Amino acid sequence: MMNWMKYRWLYLFISGVVIAAGIFSMLKWGFKIGVDFTGGVVAEYRLKSGEDKIFRYGPLSKEESEKIRQDFASQGATEIMFESVGPSVGPELVKKTIFALLISASVILFWITYQFKSFKFGISATLATLHDSLVLLGLFSIFGHFFGTEIDFLFVTAILTILSFSVHDTIVVYDRVRETRKKIGGSMTEIANMAISQTMVRSLNNSFTIIFMLAALILLGGSSIKWFAAALLIGTVSGTYSSPFVAVSLLVTWDEISNRFMNKSSEEV
Amino acid sequence: MKLILIFVLFLLALYISLPLQKKFNLTLGLDLAGGSHLVFEADTSKISPEKKKTSLSSLKEVIERRVNLFGIAEPNVQTSNFEGKDRIVVELPGVKDAKQAVDLIGKTAQLVFATVQLPDSTASAELTNEAKQEYAAMIPTDLTGADLAESSVAFDETGGQPSVSITFTKEGGEKFARITGENIGKRVAIILDNQIVSSPMVQEKITGGQAQITGKFTLDEAKKLSIQLNAGALPVPVQLIEERTVGATLGAESVAKSVKAGIVGIIMVCLFMILAYGRFGLVANLGLIVFGVLTLALYKLMGVVLTLPGIAGFLLSVGMAVDSNILIFERFKEEKGQRSVANALEVSFGRAWDSIRDANIATLVTAFILANPLDWSFLHTSGPVRGFAITLAVGIGISLFTGIVVSRNLLRVFIKEKK
Repeated sequence: MMNWMKYRWLYLFISGVVIAAGIFSMLKWGFKIGVDFTGGVVAEYRLKSGEDKIFRYGPLSKEESEKIRQDFASQGATEIMFESVGPSVGPELVKKTIFALLISASVILFWITYQFKSFKFGISATLATLHDSLVLLGLFSIFGHFFGTEIDFLFVTAILTILSFSVHDTIVVYDRVRETRKKIGGSMTEIANMAISQTMVRSLNNSFTIIFMLAALILLGGSSIKWFAAALLIGTVSGTYSSPFVAVSLLVTWDEISNRFMNKSSEEV
Repeated sequence: MKLILIFVLFLLALYISLPLQKKFNLTLGLDLAGGSHLVFEADTSKISPEKKKTSLSSLKEVIERRVNLFGIAEPNVQTSNFEGKDRIVVELPGVKDAKQAVDLIGKTAQLVFATVQLPDSTASAELTNEAKQEYAAMIPTDLTGADLAESSVAFDETGGQPSVSITFTKEGGEKFARITGENIGKRVAIILDNQIVSSPMVQEKITGGQAQITGKFTLDEAKKLSIQLNAGALPVPVQLIEERTVGATLGAESVAKSVKAGIVGIIMVCLFMILAYGRFGLVANLGLIVFGVLTLALYKLMGVVLTLPGIAGFLLSVGMAVDSNILIFERFKEEKGQRSVANALEVSFGRAWDSIRDANIATLVTAFILANPLDWSFLHTSGPVRGFAITLAVGIGISLFTGIVVSRNLLRVFIKEKK
C-alpha cells in the first residue's frame, strides 16, 4: 500500500504555491469584473459586413442606450445580444451570493460534523472547499490579467457548484476513513493511507467523466458558456486533488497535533 | 418484476421526452429561445406602507395587461423585493423589438384632461397661439384615464395621421359632456405623464362619450399609447434597472452548440466507462440512457425552464450519475475477492450506498439553497443561478434512483445470466 500521508507536506506545499500565486494576482491585478456587478452595457451586433462584434459601455441612461440602438439599426446591424445592468444590481448580487455561500458552507459543515461525529472532519472538509474556491478565484484573477476573462454571474454559479462537488468528493474519501477506522482501526495515518488507496481509482475515474463533459462544453459549446465550463473544469481538478490531499492531510495533521497535545498533558499529570 | 416496472417507466418517460407528442413541451429560457429579461424598480417612496402591497400587485396586473395586449406569447411577470426595494421582473420570450417593449411597459401613461385658463383674455390677444399656451394655466379636471372604457388606433380624416380614439365609460362620458359644455370656445388639454399631448379648441358640447387624441404620433406610438390606455396607468412610476436581450439567432446557435457538446461528451463518457469497466460499463451506460430519458421527461412534467446554466447543471448531474456506478463497481472489484459474485454485488451496493447518499445529500442541500424554492428574498429569486440549481437538483434526485434501482436490477440480471 502506498504511504500517501508521508508526502502530505508536499501536497499542502503545492496547494500553498497555487493559492499564493492566486492571492498575489488578486492583490496586484484584482479581477476583471463584468457588467453583472459593475453595471453598464454590453451589446453584440452582427455588422453589415457579417462580422459579429461586442461593444461595451459604462452605465447608460435609457435615452443613451436607445440612441446607441438606433445608431446600430440605422447602420444595418442586427442586434444579437443587449445587456444593460443598472449600478444598483451588482451590490445586490454580491450580497445574495455571500448569503448563499455562507448558508451552504455552514449547512455542509454541520452535515459532515453530524455524519462523522467530529468537528475535525467538518472543518477539514470545509477548509478543503475553501481551498478550491481560492484556487478558482486566484486562477481567474490571473486569467483576467492575461486573457481579459471577466468575473460574471455564471462564475459565481461555478464557485457554488465546485463547493458542492468538492464536498461530494471529500465525503466519499471520509466515508472510507470512517469505515476503515471502524473495521480495522490503527493510527489515523494508516487509516488515511488505506482509504486514499481504495478511493483513488474511483476519484480519478469519476473526475475523468466530468472532465470529458466539460471539455466537450469548452471546445464545442457556445462562447457564452466557455469560461463557465472552464471554471467548472478547474474546480473539478482542484476538487479531486483537494479531497485526498488537502482534506485528509489536514485531518491527519490535526489528529497528530491533538494526540501530541493530549499525550503531553497526560504525561504532566 | 422490478425490471418490468423499470421498463414501463422508461417507456412512459421516453414517450414524454420525445418531441413526437405535442402535450408536453420543454420550455426554453430566454438565453436559448431569444427574448428580453427586464427588471424595473418601482418608486414606492410616495406611497404609504399600507397601500404599498395593493399598489404593487395592481402594478403587476397593469404590466401583465400591457404585455398581453402587445401580443407576446407566454410572458412572465414577477414581483421581487430586496432590502426594501421593489422590483418587477418581466420576461418576454421571442420579443423582436426590445426597445418598443421597454417603452411600452415603463411609461406610466397617466392621462388627465385639463381645462386651460388663459392668463388674461385682453392682454393675451396680441400673443401668438403658442405663446398663449405657454402662459396658460392647466386646471386638471376629474376626468382621467380611469374613465376610459376603450381606446384604439384611428387615422385622421384629413391627413391620414395616426391618432388614438377613446371611448369613455358612461360616467366618463357624462364628465366629458359637462367639461366640454362648460368650455365652449376654450381649449381642453389632454395631458399624458405631465406633458401636453394636444389641446384642441372645444367647438360644442360633446355628448357621444367619444374623443380623439391627435398629436404628432407615429403609427407605433399611437399603438403603444392605445395599449397603455387600455391596460390602465401604472399606479407607481417604474424605472428600468436591468435589461438582457438575446436575439433569436444567438439562442438557436447556443442550443445547437450545447446539444452537440452534450452528445459528444456523453459518447466520450460511455466509451470511457466501457474501456474502464468492460461489460459493467455497458450496464452503466444503459443506466445512463434511462437517466437521460427520465430527466428530460421530468423537466417537461415539472415545467423546468431550460437555460444555458441549466444545461451545464444537467451535464454535471450526468457526471454524478456516473459516479454512483463507479463507486459501486470499484467496491465490487474489492469485494469480489472475498465472497461469491452475487453476494459481492449486494454487499457493494450496500456499502457504496452510504457514500452515495452522504455525498449526494451535500450536493442536494447546496442545490436547494441556490434554487431557493421558498423565495427567500435574501437569496437569488431568479436568473441563471436558479436555473442551474433546479436542473442539478432534479438530476441528482434521478441519479440516485437510476444509480441504485436501475443499475442494481440490471446488474442482477446480468450476473444471473453469467452463472
